[in-house]
Amino acid sequence: MSFLPVMLWTDALVFLLIATAIASAWWVRRQPHLLLPWRRVAQSRVGMVSLLVLSLFVLVGVLDSLHYRVALPEKSNGQTVYAPEVLSAFDYLADGLRTHTEKTYSAPLAVYLYAKESMEMADGKVVRDYPRLKYGGAQLADPQRDWLGDVTGRALTGAAAGLLAVLLLAGAVVKVVPAAKKSKPMFAVLVTALLIAAVLGAVADLATAYHVLGTDKVGQDVLYLSLKSIRTGLVIGTVTTLVMLPFALLLGVAAGYFRGWVDDVIQYVYTVLSSIPSVLLIAAAVLMVQVVIGMHADWFDTAAKRADVRLLALCLILGVTSWTGLCRLLRGETLKLREMEYIQAAQAFGVSSFRILMRHIVPNVMHIVLISVVMDFSALVLAEAVLSYVGVGVDPTTNSFGNMINSARLEMAREPMVWWSLASAFGFMLLLVLAANLFADVLRDAFDSRLNRTENS
Amino acid sequence: MIAYLIRRMLYAIPVLIGVNLLTFALFFVVNTPDDMARVQLGIKRVTPEAIEQWKQRHGYDKPLLYNARAAGMDRFTDTIFFDKSASMFVFDFGYSDDGRSISREIVTRMGPSLSIALPTFLIGLVSYVTFALLMTLFRATALDIVGVTLCVVLMSISGLFYIIGGQFLVSKLWHWVPISGYGGGFDNFRFVLLPIVIGVASGIGASSRWYRTIFLEEIGKDYVRTARAKGVSELGVLFRHVLKNAMIPILTGVVVVIPLLFMGSLLTESFFGIPGLGSYTIDAINAQDFSVVRAMVFLGSVLYIAGLILTDISYTLVDPRVRLS
Repeated sequence: MSFLPVMLWTDALVFLLIATAIASAWWVRRQPHLLLPWRRVAQSRVGMVSLLVLSLFVLVGVLDSLHYRVALPEKSNGQTVYAPEVLSAFDYLADGLRTHTEKTYSAPLAVYLYAKESMEMADGKVVRDYPRLKYGGAQLADPQRDWLGDVTGRALTGAAAGLLAVLLLAGAVVKVVPAAKKSKPMFAVLVTALLIAAVLGAVADLATAYHVLGTDKVGQDVLYLSLKSIRTGLVIGTVTTLVMLPFALLLGVAAGYFRGWVDDVIQYVYTVLSSIPSVLLIAAAVLMVQVVIGMHADWFDTAAKRADVRLLALCLILGVTSWTGLCRLLRGETLKLREMEYIQAAQAFGVSSFRILMRHIVPNVMHIVLISVVMDFSALVLAEAVLSYVGVGVDPTTNSFGNMINSARLEMAREPMVWWSLASAFGFMLLLVLAANLFADVLRDAFDSRLNRTENS
Repeated sequence: MIAYLIRRMLYAIPVLIGVNLLTFALFFVVNTPDDMARVQLGIKRVTPEAIEQWKQRHGYDKPLLYNARAAGMDRFTDTIFFDKSASMFVFDFGYSDDGRSISREIVTRMGPSLSIALPTFLIGLVSYVTFALLMTLFRATALDIVGVTLCVVLMSISGLFYIIGGQFLVSKLWHWVPISGYGGGFDNFRFVLLPIVIGVASGIGASSRWYRTIFLEEIGKDYVRTARAKGVSELGVLFRHVLKNAMIPILTGVVVVIPLLFMGSLLTESFFGIPGLGSYTIDAINAQDFSVVRAMVFLGSVLYIAGLILTDISYTLVDPRVRLS
């Protein structure tokens, strides 16, 4: 099967971020003084456990960022034609989840549809009853009798497989890196990994035959939608920081170091920006982007590209509106640093301002940058949901937690209640944000030695 | 101090001009008056004449920033920017797309917004500080660890969940209060109770944890040790010494939001159907009513700057060492 790789804008930025992360990790490895706080993180149980959870989310997000278009079987004028639908490596792995759509709602692990339907029986009579699902539990001959046994059986075998895989992996890790055995959080990490693997294994095995988290209004698998939403959350949380960093770092350090009119101008700009209520500023900017995208529909050859540009625009807007906080922190820190003896010594030796900034100031404020980036991440993931609810978030066709909540909020009023879409969106979001918050806490404690605690960060 | 305050207020003028220019650029550079006319008139009736007529009726038939054909000061005053944006400095917000006076809407909607926001703010502040003081009192015990963990979990939950979950539990399952709505008089209590409780609950994680770090910072200082050495009880230390000295960082975060309470809360008001400024803003965003959004942006910035000035004044009230100059 031939396919056409598609690189969306946000994909490129995601990979750029990963490359940056790897490069800086490689750089930090060879700097003992930079390695020290990371050692402290590695010694923390909470830190390593939350890192494990986060990296699973990142794995899903990265897989979901490798996009491609499948070639259609028929060719036009000898040229291969590609399907308009943009898929990702994650879609390929979760193909069953994606394609097994039901007619409408069905409860988690259900065998029957949520709504009654008129069905023609074999003897020609029309009966109004809950029809069997097309895919969920289709292998069961008699659901009343077999359902419980089948579900528990699958859950248990899946969990067992997951446990076995983790134990083998842990054994291999200890073999390769014997030091891992002595590391303090090893036991906590192993227990968490076993727990996660058991749940994941059970879910994966059940997902081959059931809709583990039910289906939504148009019959899409909620588990699939939740997993697809992870990428949007991660992109908003990370790419926004990428946009924000240059502004905050450059302007904050410059304002603190040069003072005078440079400081006045920069302070003016960030007072203006931060005095506008952020939701309104974001709303205004997103409405503008919507208008532009609407007027230039011919710029995008697939719907995914259009949605992606809107996601990127949202990241840009969030970045432009949220750099002021970090900028203020960095300005304050630079004001303090520039009075230090080593800076004055450098100035006395006639080192150029640019060099002083690059070699002496920026490296000494990086811990503030790192901490605030990690702390902003969870706030951004939560903000996406709110913005999508207000109607100024990501494109309605993009899978995101905000869109899931937005489209599911009226379902609570149904009888019987449709709770699974909302619960899954909130559950996944809680897991991601909680892991990020815990990790941020550990990171802050590890890098804290010089951080001014009285600043609200 | 008077001179300082006057200077601060004068500084507000260039900031507000900046705010205005920014929103103006956002609204008009991308979305020209012609586009606005087209959207407002609908697809069917769009003729160049109709567009001109619409622009003339709504005052968009002038140049954006600089009128080259006019003479003298009119070059700057006879423009869309001056008509639509500069008039906001005297709080003349003009009319929304459906023809209503925005100023009057703001005045009538302020009451409902405040009836939710003010109690939420006050009850919230008292309960967050109390909770944080409790955690400080029992610092480094199991109670403190449970409290902090609870805070981290609570702050990781989406604000939407508090609202949806609260509405479901209290209104739908237990039928204690109506799901949404707003009434007049004493009866209104039923409607505002749930939004207030949810508003307080959704902030408890982040705020309590933040106050706890402030208190812990103070409690390590020398004067606390002196007070303990003199035989002051632990509660006395907390309330008479730590709380007072922690006022400055607390005020920094708290006073600035007081004027913004007028703006109400976007989510709470739209979920509970409260006719306040928050739901007004959301409706305007959804209807793409730029004049309303622009008015709210301006109002928000004015209130924010007022909050900054109030913060400075509040410092002098709690700390006699602070002198504004």
